[in-house]
Amino acid sequence: MDLILSAIDILMRWDVALALLAGSVGGVLIGAIPGVGPAVAIAILLPATFSMDPIVGLTVLLGIYGSSMYGGSIPAILINTPGTAVNALTTYDGYPMTARGEPRRALSLAYSASFFGGIFSVICLILFAPVLAKIAPMFGSREIFMAALLGLILVVVAHRGQALIAGTLACFGIFLQTIGLEPVKYTQRYTFGQDFLGGGINLIVVVLGLFAISQAFVLLTDEDEKVRMTRLRGGMFQGLRELVRHPRVAGVSATFGVLMGMIPGVGEFTAQFMSYTYAQKTSKRPQDFGNGSSEGLIAAETANNAVPAAAMVPLLALGIPGEALTAMMLSVFYVHNVVPGPGLFQNDMDFVVALYLALLVLNVLVLLFLLFATRSLIQVVRIPNRFLGVCILTLSFVGVYSLRNSATDCVMAAAFGILGYILKRLSLPSVPIILGMVLGGIMEVKLRAGMARVKEPFDFIDRPVAFILFCIIIIVLAVHILRVLKDRKELKEAEWQTNRASTSFGSLMWRRRNSFLKDHGKKVRARHSKLLRRLTDLF
Amino acid sequence: MPSERERRFVGPRRGQLVFALVMVGVALLLLVLITEQTTWVQKTKLFAQPRFWPAVAIGGMVLLGGLHLYKLPWRRVSRYDLWEVKRWGQVFEFAGWFMGYVLLVPIIGYLPVTLVFVPLLSWRMGYRSPFMLWISAGFAVAVVVLFKALLSVKIPGALIYEYLPGSLRSFFILYL
Repeated sequence: MDLILSAIDILMRWDVALALLAGSVGGVLIGAIPGVGPAVAIAILLPATFSMDPIVGLTVLLGIYGSSMYGGSIPAILINTPGTAVNALTTYDGYPMTARGEPRRALSLAYSASFFGGIFSVICLILFAPVLAKIAPMFGSREIFMAALLGLILVVVAHRGQALIAGTLACFGIFLQTIGLEPVKYTQRYTFGQDFLGGGINLIVVVLGLFAISQAFVLLTDEDEKVRMTRLRGGMFQGLRELVRHPRVAGVSATFGVLMGMIPGVGEFTAQFMSYTYAQKTSKRPQDFGNGSSEGLIAAETANNAVPAAAMVPLLALGIPGEALTAMMLSVFYVHNVVPGPGLFQNDMDFVVALYLALLVLNVLVLLFLLFATRSLIQVVRIPNRFLGVCILTLSFVGVYSLRNSATDCVMAAAFGILGYILKRLSLPSVPIILGMVLGGIMEVKLRAGMARVKEPFDFIDRPVAFILFCIIIIVLAVHILRVLKDRKELKEAEWQTNRASTSFGSLMWRRRNSFLKDHGKKVRARHSKLLRRLTDLF
Repeated sequence: MPSERERRFVGPRRGQLVFALVMVGVALLLLVLITEQTTWVQKTKLFAQPRFWPAVAIGGMVLLGGLHLYKLPWRRVSRYDLWEVKRWGQVFEFAGWFMGYVLLVPIIGYLPVTLVFVPLLSWRMGYRSPFMLWISAGFAVAVVVLFKALLSVKIPGALIYEYLPGSLRSFFILYL
C-alpha cells in the first residue's frame, strides 16, 4: 500500500497530468491517421522528451504507445484500413460490421475490449511487480547477456519466411553499434578516419531515419487515397454491455497479451493470432469469424492492448527492450542516467509502479475521450497521404537536428530513411536493425563482464537462470529448425504434387532403384527409348 | 506463371535480388577491411578483443545474407528489378528537399525556412489550392511554436537574426 501511495505521490504533478493528457489524445490522433503510427511519433518526439523529467517524458511516450492502438481501430473499422500495423486483424471483423450497418457497435466494442485489455494487463503487472522485484536481482551479466541473445533470436525467428534476411539485418544493427571509438581499449572501429564516425552512430538518428523519414518518403511517393466515410449516429456505450457477455474470450485474450508482451521480440501479432485462434476454436459460431464476429473483434483488440504494459517488463526489470518502441524508450532512461534493470526494481520500485499507474489512468482518459469525441475524431482520416508525408518530413527535422545540431546526423538520418524506404518497398523488416543496435551493445558489455569471471566457457551457464535461458535458446532454435524443415518438405510436396511419397533424397534414390529393377520399369524404359529413337531418326 | 517457390516467397519479387546482392557485397567489403579498420590487442582475451563484435556482426551478415541470396527463387536481374531501382532513386529528390531544409535553418532561421519549406513542398506534391497552402503555412507556424517556443527544443538561432535590433534579436533567437 505504501508503495502505491508513494507512486501516486510521484504522479501528482501538473506536468505529469499534462503529459498524460497529451500522450493519450495525441496517441489516439496518431493512431487514427493511417500511415503515421506510434513508431513515427515516438521517434520524432524522443529528443523533445530529453529535456523533461524521466517520469514526464516516459508518460508522454507510453501514452502514445498505449493509446495509438485505440485510435488505430477507427480507420480499421470504418474504412477497412488499419491505423497502426497491429490493427490489421481488427479489419477482419470490424469492417464487415460496418458494411452491414453497425459501425457504432463495432467501434464501441473495440474501445471496450481495448480498455479491458489495457486495464487487465496493468493490474496484472502491478500485482506481479513484487515477484519481479525478487526475480530481477538473480540476473547478473551472464543472465542479461543470455536474455538479450534470446530476445535477438526471437525477433529473428518471429519473421516467418524471412528469418535469414531478418538475421542479416540484426547483424547489420550489431555492426552499426560497433562503429566508433571502442570504450575499453580506446581503439577505432570502422571509422575510416572520419571524425564524425568517432562518436559512433546515434540510435535515435537510425530510428528517425528508418521509421519517420522512410515513412515520409513512402507517403510522398504514393498516391492519395479516396476515403468514403460512414456516418455515426447514437451513443457509444453499448460495447461495454456486450463485452460483459464474453468474459471468457476477453480474459483469455488479455492473458495472451500479457504473456506474449513480456517475451522480447514476440509482441502484439503473436498475441492477437493466438487469442483470435482460441476465440474461433471455442466459439459456438466459428463461421462468423471474418464476417463481423463480435468475439473476433474482442479477441483482437483485447490482446493487442494488453501488450504495451507487459512489454515494459523486460525493459524495466532487465534493461532489455523486446521491440522497437521500447528500444526507443530505453534512450530516455539513458539520457537521465536512470539505468533500467534489476537495480531499478530494488531501489526505485515506486517509479516502476508510478509508470504502471500512469498507464492505468491513461486507459481511462482514452476511453472517455473516445466515447465522446469519436464523431469529430474520424475526420483526421481524411488528411491526404502526401500532405502527411510533408508534415512527417518537417517534424523529422526537429527530431534529428535538435539532437546535436549536426547536419551530419541529418545526412545519416536521410540515408537511413532511404534504406528504410527500400526495406518497406520490399516488405522486409526494419525492427531487427534497431534491436540489433540496442541488444548488440548490451551483449558486448555483458559478455565481456561475464567472461572475465569464468574460467571455462561452460562456467558461463553454471547458474540456474543462465542455464534455463540457455536451454530456452536451444529449444527456440530447435523449434525453428524443425519448422524450416517442415516448410521445406511442404514446398517439395507442393512442387512434386504428391503428399504420399517421401521427398527425402534417400527415398527418391530407393524409388528410382526399384523402378530400374521391376519389370514395369523395364517396359517403360523400353517404350521411352523406342520413342526417342523414332524422334532422333527424324533428324 | 510463378513457380511454387516463387509463390511462397514473402514479399514482392521486384528488387529482392538487387537488394540481396548489394547487402552481401557490402558485407564482404566490410569483412575484407576488418584487419585495417579494427585492432587486435595483444594479451587480451578473445571476448574482450575490439575486433570480436565487428567480426561476429559482419560474419553473420555474410553468412545469413549469403544464405538468403542462395535461397532466393530468382537468379537473374529482370526489368522489374531495374524499374524498382529507379523507383528507389525517386526518393533522392525528397532527401534533397530535407537536406536543403537542414542547411538553410542555421542561416535563415527555423520559422522563416519552415514557413517557406512546408507550403513549397505541398505545392510540389500537387496541393495548389489556397486552402491547402494556408493549412501548410499554419502547420509550419504551429510546429515552430510548439517545439521551439513551448518545448524549448535545441535549435540554434539563425545567422540573420544577428542583424535584428536588440530585444527582437533575443526574442527571435530564443523562440523562433
